[in-house]
Amino acid sequence: MEYCNCFESPWPADELLMKYQYVSDFFIALAYFSIPLEIIYFVKKSAVFPYRWVLVQFGAFIVLCGATHLINLWTFTMHTRTVAVVMTTAKVLTAVVSCATALLLVHIIPDLLSVKTRELFLKNKAAELDREMGLIRTQEETGRHVRMLTHEIRSTLDRHTILKTTLLELGRTLGLEECALWMPTRTGLELNLSYTLRHQNPVGLTVPIQLPVINQVFNTSRAVKISPISPVARLRPAGQYMPGEVVAVRVPLLHLSNFQIHDWPELSTKRYALMVLMLPSDSARQWHVHELELVEVVADQVAVALSHAAILEESMRARDLLMEQNVALDLARREAEMAVRARNDFLAVMNHEMGTPIHATIALSSLLQETELSPEQRLMVETILKSSNLLATLINDVLDLSRLEDGSLQLEIETFNLHSLFREVLNLIKPIAAVKKLYVMLNLSPDLIEHAVGDEKRLMQVLLNVVGNAIKFTKEGGISVSASVAKPDSLRDPRAPDFFPTHSDNHFYLRVEVKDTGSGINQLEIPKVFMKFVQSQPLAAKNSGGSGLGLGLAICKRFVNLMEGHIWIESEGLGRGSTVIFIVKLGIPARLNESKLPFLHKGPGNQVKFIFSGLKVVLMDDNSVGRTVTKGLLVHLGCDVLAVSSGDECVRAVSYEHKAVFLDVSMAAVDSFEVAVRIREKFAKRSGRPFIVALTGNTDRMIKENCRKVGMDGVILKPVSVDKMRSVLSDLLEHGYLVESQ
Amino acid sequence: MEIVGQLQKQFVDFSTSLYGEGFLDEQYLQLQKLQDESNPDFVCEVVSLFFDDSEKLLNNLATALQQQVVDFKQVDAHVHQFKGSSSSIGAQRVKNMCVAFRNFCEEKNLDGCLRCLQQLNHEYFLVKNKLETLFRLERQIVEAGGTVPVIVA
Repeated sequence: MEYCNCFESPWPADELLMKYQYVSDFFIALAYFSIPLEIIYFVKKSAVFPYRWVLVQFGAFIVLCGATHLINLWTFTMHTRTVAVVMTTAKVLTAVVSCATALLLVHIIPDLLSVKTRELFLKNKAAELDREMGLIRTQEETGRHVRMLTHEIRSTLDRHTILKTTLLELGRTLGLEECALWMPTRTGLELNLSYTLRHQNPVGLTVPIQLPVINQVFNTSRAVKISPISPVARLRPAGQYMPGEVVAVRVPLLHLSNFQIHDWPELSTKRYALMVLMLPSDSARQWHVHELELVEVVADQVAVALSHAAILEESMRARDLLMEQNVALDLARREAEMAVRARNDFLAVMNHEMGTPIHATIALSSLLQETELSPEQRLMVETILKSSNLLATLINDVLDLSRLEDGSLQLEIETFNLHSLFREVLNLIKPIAAVKKLYVMLNLSPDLIEHAVGDEKRLMQVLLNVVGNAIKFTKEGGISVSASVAKPDSLRDPRAPDFFPTHSDNHFYLRVEVKDTGSGINQLEIPKVFMKFVQSQPLAAKNSGGSGLGLGLAICKRFVNLMEGHIWIESEGLGRGSTVIFIVKLGIPARLNESKLPFLHKGPGNQVKFIFSGLKVVLMDDNSVGRTVTKGLLVHLGCDVLAVSSGDECVRAVSYEHKAVFLDVSMAAVDSFEVAVRIREKFAKRSGRPFIVALTGNTDRMIKENCRKVGMDGVILKPVSVDKMRSVLSDLLEHGYLVESQ
Repeated sequence: MEIVGQLQKQFVDFSTSLYGEGFLDEQYLQLQKLQDESNPDFVCEVVSLFFDDSEKLLNNLATALQQQVVDFKQVDAHVHQFKGSSSSIGAQRVKNMCVAFRNFCEEKNLDGCLRCLQQLNHEYFLVKNKLETLFRLERQIVEAGGTVPVIVA
């Protein structure tokens, strides 16, 4: 049989095989046509596919293959030459395209493969980034936790809350198994387990502070990993499992004294607490760096918070203490006041009660003295009198001193005559001085004003005391008192550096010096002199029958201090006499200050005044006006004047006490000369007769002659001025006669 | 305070005029000096004493000069007293008048004496007036709260 490619009938015997081939070719062609369509469709859809040209080629290739297979369909039957040609063309084309595609694919496939590699690489990268993101997120969350923790810790000033919160938050943040705080004991030799996270009531575990692990932790400010089996980490009775990693960090305990004004606190106190943190044992967690940093930061914050709490506690305690002290002080003050008042009342009553019998004793003893007594009796009575006087003085002194001490004594300020004060004091002691044959000298400086403002009684007391002492301790010689206005430089006594006298127009400082030629004082005893009840010279005391002990000088000092002054003693030693100097502040009477007119001219005398204090004189003048004027004149000079208007009266009244007799010789009814003669007769037998001075308005020289003949000591021409009278008296007293009688 | 100033000025002017016109002399100034805190009313007392004394003396003089037979010694004694007291006080014109009066007494000149008495009366009342004015001014100054100025020479 000859085969030919033509098939006789469409469906011969092998036609089943043919049929299948036919159908397959059809479907292949279909697929071949649809695949490129699909590819084109999807490529069109995706914008990124870079190998379009390849696809086109591939598409063409497929299309052509499909075409080929399609055309093949016609070759099953008789076909014309055209079909054969077409078939051939298609096949040729297909061949060309497919070769081209094959060639192209050689280039493309490696590229495609590398795309896959890149994709894998990117996927890995993405996974890695994811991981890192997770880490960062964790860290940020940790940071947030730190801030929150810090905020919690710093928001309270209560110690316990701070520590409990710390442990709680740390535990939560870091997911700790256990967190504990060990505090140093008061002795500083041990650490005491104070706070734990899980254990509610830590049993008083203590560890000695000198353990090596503890030292290791304390020596660095970083968190240190420590072994879980070290004593500080063993917080529970031995468990069966291995605990997780443990970290410990020091917490500095700062004191108030650490905070200097300009420095930051130095951690030189070396007082630390220990914080121990344990990770859960069943996880394989490790301590990360960031977690350690967190722990360190928290430890610092806790330190600061604790110190704030400590400061607050301190100040609260101090305030409470102060309040208590205040209350106590108030109570004490009130009690003291009550005591003082009670004492004053008691003293006043006692003074009165004791004073009455003593005064009675003194009075009656004085009266007794006046009666007839045997010498022994007289001695006894004198002793009784002296003792009673001393006792009376002592009682008064005690009352005064006690009032002085508690400051309830007030000076009685008034205007008084300063000059007459001195005269009075001297008059009081003159009798005693005379008995001991001591001289008494008084010198008032010319710039000392006559009147001053102050407490006259107390000033006199001071002066009397000082002068009295001087007399007491002087056996021969005498005392001299000089008073002057203190100059600013002389007011500063090196012994009283805190005595700052100030000057003003209303005040001046009176300086009084009392110098005696007595037994003097040892330099070492000088400070004791003004202390109460201190006996400075036992021997001299016995001799003088009254001693330097007693309150006298102490009271003087108090009074002088009250008068804003100062008193002190100078002595060159035993047997060399002593000088007591005091300065007191006195006021100047207002009259002198208020004048604004130029006429005011009242000032002290321009010459040294001799003292006519209490100088007793007799004045005879029958003219009432003249008598009053002359008497006023003499009184103004300080004399004690007895004014009479008749000769008889005059002669009768004149006595030894009188130093001068002034006779007005211009009297008509009385013969003054006769009076003078009679006076002289009266005193002829005895010495010390008073001076007789004539007052006359007559300038006739005959009067003077007559006066002298009669034995008068001087003549004064009327009208008499104050100065003239003063000079007359001075002349009389100094020279015994009138130097110049006008 | 101006009132005080005014009163003080008035006082000073008045005083100056008194001295200037010879009513008072230095003795009155001396009297002022004798007045102090221990003797605050000295001048007032002395002047009152003078007024009483003077009026008594003037009466006595008038009586003495009206007698039938004038006892010039007695008159002289009175005038002598008057002179003494007026000079003690510093009433200058009165004192001068007394001096003149005494001369007439020595001459036993009744007319002269009578005339003198008249003038003496006149002078006395003048000075009394002046002194009373002076005291009134002083009181006013003190009541207004000021201090009395003290005249010196």
